[in-house]
Amino acid sequence: MTSAISVSGLVKTFGPTRALDDLDLDVRTGEVHGFLGPNGAGKSTAIRVLLGLLRADSGTARLLGGDPWKDTAALHRRLAYVPGDVNLWPNLTGGEVIDLLGRLRGGLNKARRAELLERFELDPRKKGRTYSKGNRQKVALVAALSSDVELLILDEPTSGLDPLMEAVFQDCINDERGRGRTVLLSSHILAEVEALCDRVSIIRGGHIVETGTLADLRHLTRTSISAELAGPPNGLTDLAGVHDLVAEGNRVRFEVDSDQLDPVLKQLVSTGVRTLTSQPPTLEELFLRHYEDAK
Amino acid sequence: MIGTWQLVRLALRRDRILLPIWVLFLVGVTYSTTTALAELYDTQQSRDLLGVTANANSAFLAMLGPLHDWSSLGGLVVWRWGVFSGLFVAIMAMLVVTRHTRAEEEAGRTELIAATVVGRHAPLAAAVIVAGGTSLLIGLLQALALIGTDLDPAGAFAFGLSTASVGLVFTAVSAFTAQLSENSRVSNAIAGGFLGVTYLLRAAGDAAGESGPQWLTWFSPIGWTEHVRSFADNRFWVLLLPLATFVLVTGISAYIVSRRDVGLGLLAARLGPAQGTIGSPFGLAWRLQKGSLIGWSIALFAVGVIYGSVAQAVGQMVQDNPALGQIVSKIGGADAMVDAFFATVTQLLGLISSIYLVQAVLRLRSEETSFRAEPILATPVSRWGWVASHAVFALVGGAVVLAAAGLGLGLVYGVQTNDLGTVLPQMLGAALVQLPAAWVIAGVALVLFGLFPQLTGVSWAVVSVALVLTLLGPALQLDQWMIDLSPFTHVPKYPDITFGPLAWLTVVAVVLLAAGFAGFRRRDLST
Repeated sequence: MTSAISVSGLVKTFGPTRALDDLDLDVRTGEVHGFLGPNGAGKSTAIRVLLGLLRADSGTARLLGGDPWKDTAALHRRLAYVPGDVNLWPNLTGGEVIDLLGRLRGGLNKARRAELLERFELDPRKKGRTYSKGNRQKVALVAALSSDVELLILDEPTSGLDPLMEAVFQDCINDERGRGRTVLLSSHILAEVEALCDRVSIIRGGHIVETGTLADLRHLTRTSISAELAGPPNGLTDLAGVHDLVAEGNRVRFEVDSDQLDPVLKQLVSTGVRTLTSQPPTLEELFLRHYEDAK
Repeated sequence: MIGTWQLVRLALRRDRILLPIWVLFLVGVTYSTTTALAELYDTQQSRDLLGVTANANSAFLAMLGPLHDWSSLGGLVVWRWGVFSGLFVAIMAMLVVTRHTRAEEEAGRTELIAATVVGRHAPLAAAVIVAGGTSLLIGLLQALALIGTDLDPAGAFAFGLSTASVGLVFTAVSAFTAQLSENSRVSNAIAGGFLGVTYLLRAAGDAAGESGPQWLTWFSPIGWTEHVRSFADNRFWVLLLPLATFVLVTGISAYIVSRRDVGLGLLAARLGPAQGTIGSPFGLAWRLQKGSLIGWSIALFAVGVIYGSVAQAVGQMVQDNPALGQIVSKIGGADAMVDAFFATVTQLLGLISSIYLVQAVLRLRSEETSFRAEPILATPVSRWGWVASHAVFALVGGAVVLAAAGLGLGLVYGVQTNDLGTVLPQMLGAALVQLPAAWVIAGVALVLFGLFPQLTGVSWAVVSVALVLTLLGPALQLDQWMIDLSPFTHVPKYPDITFGPLAWLTVVAVVLLAAGFAGFRRRDLST
């Protein structure tokens, strides 16, 4: 499988601040890749480097097989970008901006433009200054999604959208996946990433701390188990990978490292299981763990 | 009106640097002008000579107005500084009022304020109090500065109050223009345009002395300060005109505030086209810059028309005044005087046009800082193409603006002298030779943008320095090398057009522009 984006050892400093610190990122062609991190972690900086808007101090970045700083125009023909802060020209209408960005990119799909305007319930006749934040974001989204490009780079595209529009957005991204597009989706909305992304990279302090499929990431973490057993639980405390064990009579609650599930379950079954619920870790827990570890 | 005082305090807190600078500047220049003139004209004989020449030189008359009283030092100060003092205080009032009214509303902060216990009129009232109060403070301190140099107190107060009166009028005018549009840029542009008209009306009225249309000055708030005749007659009653204007226009603005929605202007926003036709960076730049280009072209055409219409009276003035005719004949007669007038006027037009050029270049920076450059540069548009799309408005647009000025001059003067065929190309040429110098200024602005983006605003300081060096350098007796720093010093003076300086000025401009382009190609986008 080829990579649409492949970055290694990227460093970018702004004066004393090290915004990107040895960043590695790999986005495979055709996948929806979640780029997770809190505010100030370096998501937008990384994206701006990929767009050739910022020049990296060191490290290599390849985008669709080209150099983002040198082959800017050629690469930009093949991608569309939705910035985190969408600012429109006050006296241009939303429709004019959509068409402008589309034309600059080499044309847009008229039918899809019309369809997207309808799905996002956006009035293209309003002037830029009269749109709310969410509507400005819709303008940029419609412009990007109605272009025929290979790669979509979306920087927190839904931060101003309401839940209904968030659902529309998720449908649209799933459609894009169906068309074989590659999507880099930066976000701090975990539910969105969980619903959409094939793989996820978590960035902290300008460095990728975790990357992989959600299943991979979960594998590295703990599953919560609660069970009612046939008899008193025995031997659980001695097993490797069991944490936070609470036992009340025949009931137990505990967390277990995902790679130790098998021996733990065997132990439970040997006692006899009446009921069992197991919860995979949510992305939230995953995310919080990475950030709390840092503190 | 509840909450007005809190908002006044907020405004003073926000402007705690800016306002003291304005006050210091306007009072300091008053004081230093007085001491400089006292030294320069220390005998009655030298003042008498100045009295004759100042009122006979139409370039001086157009720029500074008539010298009413040359028997006292105060009269000289009023002549040298009065019009500009009014001009600057008007700019101060305009910027302060717009900043605290429409700009706040546009940014959405008025909404935040309006939701608290604050009267509907409080933001406007606070802005008017701050700008009007600062104007009065400046006038008062100017009067004290003059009294401090032993000048007649009545004249000193007449002068100070004249300055304050212009500030008050433009406080009210900006309070009014802030109601018209949703956009603070437009509010300032309308008020600034009115200030330009105010200056030009009196320039046109004064330029030809008594042979010209002097009545025009009665329609200008800056002209009113001339009619006060500080130190000469101290006609305080004239100040009732600006006072009445202030009360009336502020009242109208307050009435509009009580009728309109927060955030909206009188000129309502309408729906626009659902489909766009813009498909190139140049198309976008045209859309963003055409209003300014057209506005500037019309304005400079009007300036040209006004100065052109005065030119004939300049020649007339020499014929009407035999004593003056004798002086003038030594320097080449009435024709030479008209030529000198056009040389001064075209230089002034060149300087004014450089403001347009810089503004066109700085659009690049404001697009960048407002994150509007980013989506454009994330398309196949190259850095080069994007910069060029705006720079062309400085380079070619500058030519359009200057040509409009030359057209205005040439059309009117040509028709008056029945010699349109000769005069029009001459005037177009005289205006367009200023272009390379204006390009150099634009080049400096682009270098700042390309290499030192955080310092792009310094471009305005560059324009100001060029203005001061060119217009006031000789009068302030600066060293020649300093005056030579302004590119406009090197532009050949009408009617002796030589191409050498134009060629090297163009080369300098090209080098600067290339450096700016190259710098931007290599740097990060930044805010």
